[in-house]
Amino acid sequence: MSAVEFRNIDIVFGSQQKRALALIDEGRTRDQILAETGAVLGAAGVSLKIERGEICVLMGLSGSGKSTILRAINRLNEVARGEVIVEHRGKAIDVAHCDEETLRDIRMHTVSMVFQQFGLLPWRTVRDNVGFGLELRGTPLAERNRIVDEKLAMVGLTNWAGKYTHELSGGMQQRVGLARAFATDADILLMDEPFSALDPLIRDKLQDELLDLQKRIQKTIVFVSHDLDEALKLGNTIAIMEGGRIVQAGTAEDILLRPANAYVAEFVKHMNPLNVLRGTAVMRPAASLTREGDSVVLDKHGRVRVKVDGENRPIALELDGRSGIMAAADGDAGVIDDQRAQEADCIVAPVDLRLKAAIELKRHTDLPILLVDNLGRLAGLCDDDEIYRGLLRRLDG
Amino acid sequence: MYDWITAHKIPLGLWLKNFVDLLTEHGQAFFDFVSLVLGNLITGLTAALLFVPPLLLIGFFAVAAWFVHRSVGLVVFIVGALLLVTNLGYWQATIETLSLVLCATLVCVVIGVPIGIAAAHRPWLYTAIRPILDLMQTIPTFVYLIPTLVLFGLGAVPGLISTVIFSIPAPIRLTHLGISSVPPNLYEAGKAFGATKRQLLFKVELPYALPTIMAGITQCIMLSLSMVVIAALVGADGLGKPVVRALNSVNIAMGFEAGLAIVVLAIVLDRVCKRPERPSKKS
Repeated sequence: MSAVEFRNIDIVFGSQQKRALALIDEGRTRDQILAETGAVLGAAGVSLKIERGEICVLMGLSGSGKSTILRAINRLNEVARGEVIVEHRGKAIDVAHCDEETLRDIRMHTVSMVFQQFGLLPWRTVRDNVGFGLELRGTPLAERNRIVDEKLAMVGLTNWAGKYTHELSGGMQQRVGLARAFATDADILLMDEPFSALDPLIRDKLQDELLDLQKRIQKTIVFVSHDLDEALKLGNTIAIMEGGRIVQAGTAEDILLRPANAYVAEFVKHMNPLNVLRGTAVMRPAASLTREGDSVVLDKHGRVRVKVDGENRPIALELDGRSGIMAAADGDAGVIDDQRAQEADCIVAPVDLRLKAAIELKRHTDLPILLVDNLGRLAGLCDDDEIYRGLLRRLDG
Repeated sequence: MYDWITAHKIPLGLWLKNFVDLLTEHGQAFFDFVSLVLGNLITGLTAALLFVPPLLLIGFFAVAAWFVHRSVGLVVFIVGALLLVTNLGYWQATIETLSLVLCATLVCVVIGVPIGIAAAHRPWLYTAIRPILDLMQTIPTFVYLIPTLVLFGLGAVPGLISTVIFSIPAPIRLTHLGISSVPPNLYEAGKAFGATKRQLLFKVELPYALPTIMAGITQCIMLSLSMVVIAALVGADGLGKPVVRALNSVNIAMGFEAGLAIVVLAIVLDRVCKRPERPSKKS
């Protein structure tokens, strides 16, 4: 079961819902619907699955409907048609049509939210703001204080508990917002452009902190952003929206390498691919390399070959008949021990090696890089040609 | 044409009189009950305040003001002002006026704040009551003084009712303003964490609107105070009485002193009711 699933939802703002829905079915655009009915199309035909523990970024320009569908997850926006399934206490609940009691239970226990303008209550101290959700839930004071202290420590605001929110900087205020969302221990966090109101340095820092926290808490995070860099940095999956519709959903690489249409292509044109692309996206797959018996030919002239075992794991390197040395690299950082690099003739790295790390390795050693999957099996080859191709973002075929 | 128009007078006044007659006929028990409750409220409060020796009460006011505002200047001013009123011989009248104003304000708040909240939640309701509020504030006081006299008899109660009619629009309007200016994101924050309608009201809307509602109450007190002379005309005790008497006997000295006492009381109430400076809000 996915943590959140949109099933073909339409969201319409305005009184003429029925007529607007009919027009959506006719495939009219947002402008046509607005002109004819006065209703604003918020989202149309959106279907999306968000798996447990992942960060899903809803991406798009303002007015594309990304916040609109985010708010359907806790029914701050009503859905005109379709279902919004949320996993709540082990059951799949349709938030769009559940009763008030269930909705309230979901809001108190399963889904919490961080707002762009923080949404903090100015007459409350930091402590009372963080405890707000618990207070609504009726948690006894002692337990509330214990949880609040824990969450304040988590976001590094322990010394600010007694201050009022206006005494804090923007970045700190949003940390309060984060702590408040964490305090209810909800499994699903909705983040509506939480870092957009902050200056770039603070934004970057909070993004890092969020990724760091996510490693520990493993929540399902639905994150709205209009900033592609932010989306690519945070998102396990990214859904790009335009005019109330999802135009493409997939991993960062998918979107970068295989834009679904001109709109997405334009969107990602100016992206720096180094941090996004991984070995899998650029490598020449092992299957397409020439095989001779139990060895795979790595270069054009057949002078460099790698011997593989029955499981397809590289075991030995052959250079013009003499045996070469393979050295393993740390895939994350793109570093290799200098001493070993001197002696080696080939580098073995994990297949999810980032392109940036691959270039770093090539610059250091000028050796071909063999990519292996997590079981050690040969996955592909990443050499100059593949790297250049990746940078130019051209794919075979 | 002109003659025809004047000859066929629309009996507006008569209709209203008949309406009031109808009320007196069928609702007398109700109006008597209201009259009794409000009358006892005012006389009770007045008697309680007068039971305390004046100097002790002044001291009590000073201490209370100190705890609310922590301002030496204000305390000195209050003590000085009240001593001046005592010196002029208007202590009892001042207390009577004070209890009339406090009772009127209490009634205004009890009725006005809920109406303001309801109006903020239902735009149609506000559209409906706005002309009535305008009417209540613009229609000359004497006009509704007559029916209130008929309905509630002579004394403090018709004065109180007239005062309430005149000053209740202030808390209604300002409560409406305060509640409807709650920023949508605070509202959504409440809803997103599962607040019920009641929790939204008490934990988000009212705290946010409190400064505005307090301003409404302060205004209400000031408006009530401006009605003391009118209230005196229908027999309410207090500082209005010497003013009316001075007017009838062309007594400049008495009129000036009583008028001064009203002004002093107004300033004291205004300063006391002003909320202590709160940290400014940054959105």
